[in-house]
Amino acid sequence: MAGLSERILAGDNLALARLLTLLENGDDVGTEALDRLFTNTGRAWITGITGPPGGGKSTLVNELIRQYRSAGLSVAVVAVDPSSPLTGGATLGDRIRMTEWHSDPGVFIRSMASRQFGGGLAQNTLAVAHAFDAAGFDHILIETVGTGQDEVAIASLALTTLLVQVPGTGDGVQTLKAGALEIGDILVVTKSDRPEANELARDLRRLRTLVFEPVDDPDHWEAPVIKTSATTGEGIVDLVQAIEHHRQWLLTDNRIVRRRQIIASTEIATRVESGLRRRLLQRADEASRLDSLVDAVVSRELTAHRAAEQLLAGFGQENRQP
Amino acid sequence: MTSDSRLRPIRVLVAKPGLDGHDRGAKVLVRAFRDAGFEVIYTGLFQTSEMIANAALQEDVDVVGLSILSGAHMALFPPIMLALKTVGRDDALVVAGGTIPDEDIPAVLALGISRVFGPGTKLQDATQYIRDHAPVREDTP
Repeated sequence: MAGLSERILAGDNLALARLLTLLENGDDVGTEALDRLFTNTGRAWITGITGPPGGGKSTLVNELIRQYRSAGLSVAVVAVDPSSPLTGGATLGDRIRMTEWHSDPGVFIRSMASRQFGGGLAQNTLAVAHAFDAAGFDHILIETVGTGQDEVAIASLALTTLLVQVPGTGDGVQTLKAGALEIGDILVVTKSDRPEANELARDLRRLRTLVFEPVDDPDHWEAPVIKTSATTGEGIVDLVQAIEHHRQWLLTDNRIVRRRQIIASTEIATRVESGLRRRLLQRADEASRLDSLVDAVVSRELTAHRAAEQLLAGFGQENRQP
Repeated sequence: MTSDSRLRPIRVLVAKPGLDGHDRGAKVLVRAFRDAGFEVIYTGLFQTSEMIANAALQEDVDVVGLSILSGAHMALFPPIMLALKTVGRDDALVVAGGTIPDEDIPAVLALGISRVFGPGTKLQDATQYIRDHAPVREDTP
């Protein structure tokens, strides 16, 4: 039987689904298959959707699928939900909002558990997106875990980031805060049929006019604020147009290259970090050094900072040996 | 690779086939499976056999759990098993639960469903069964 990579390029969804599992697990077979597929990536447009739990992200994704499908474009969805910090288990419930596409071969929805990665994503989210890209999907929508004020990782993964904000969840001071609000390429006010939606959209728009020095950076993108309602259909077409505007803007003056450099360097750095952490803790554990350092910190002989330094120092020496 | 893949969370699809709005049991199972360390995909209500098979395919689940309280199991299970085979996911472990009379169980098992969990089943018996029987699959890049 042909390997996964050949089968995926031949359009075999069974092989694609299997590869997604292997990539999610960091399995060597998956990594090797992605090596073979990687030259086929870089064609899909990757849009990230982030925002609070119950904010309407999955419903918004469902509406975006509808728009792209009616334009004849294929769509893959990566929907991340949180893993239990206690048991490692997870309830993945995003596809409930997207059941109408079950017989449409142009739509592929995959749920992922975050497995404690943080930032509203799973460690291997981008690898999964690469696999969808290689399989030829036009649009990849990455829906994060329900997030709060500080989960900004999606912005260094996606080409366009939608930040969902929900009416009625705080006053205008919330819109002045740093963090997630700054990373949205497009700010989406969902549930716009609610009375507080206009107020929230107004507060978010004011952020743009509240600039103390005029921005003349040609690479400055003004994030539009778009009100949407899946109930009335308001704003969905505008949102698709805004994503397209952002795409055209990135494709102008080679901005896309800089964006892809950020994405690639983030992906490399993330892998280096997790690889080092794993190796370091494995070695420390073997030498039962970690346990004794933990005891030293608990008995107040050593700060955690110094314990970490000791582990890191030992690691460097081991690596210098031939 | 084989032993390593078993250390990963087992992925389970919990599905409510047909015209059956009673999902309390399914939701309890979703919670129990989550607490057992499984990654559980819940389909929601009123699923057709094609929807269930498609979700099993895309989510690459190890296990499909069918919850049914409508009494239509003998009408619904055969097309679900056929749909799973059609999409190539007849390698998944399929278990069923709900109000399935004892006299129907041999016919249900004959369809390739490996176990029926009736009313009164202990949650840990269901989770342990899945842990013991979830398939381990091999791949080539």
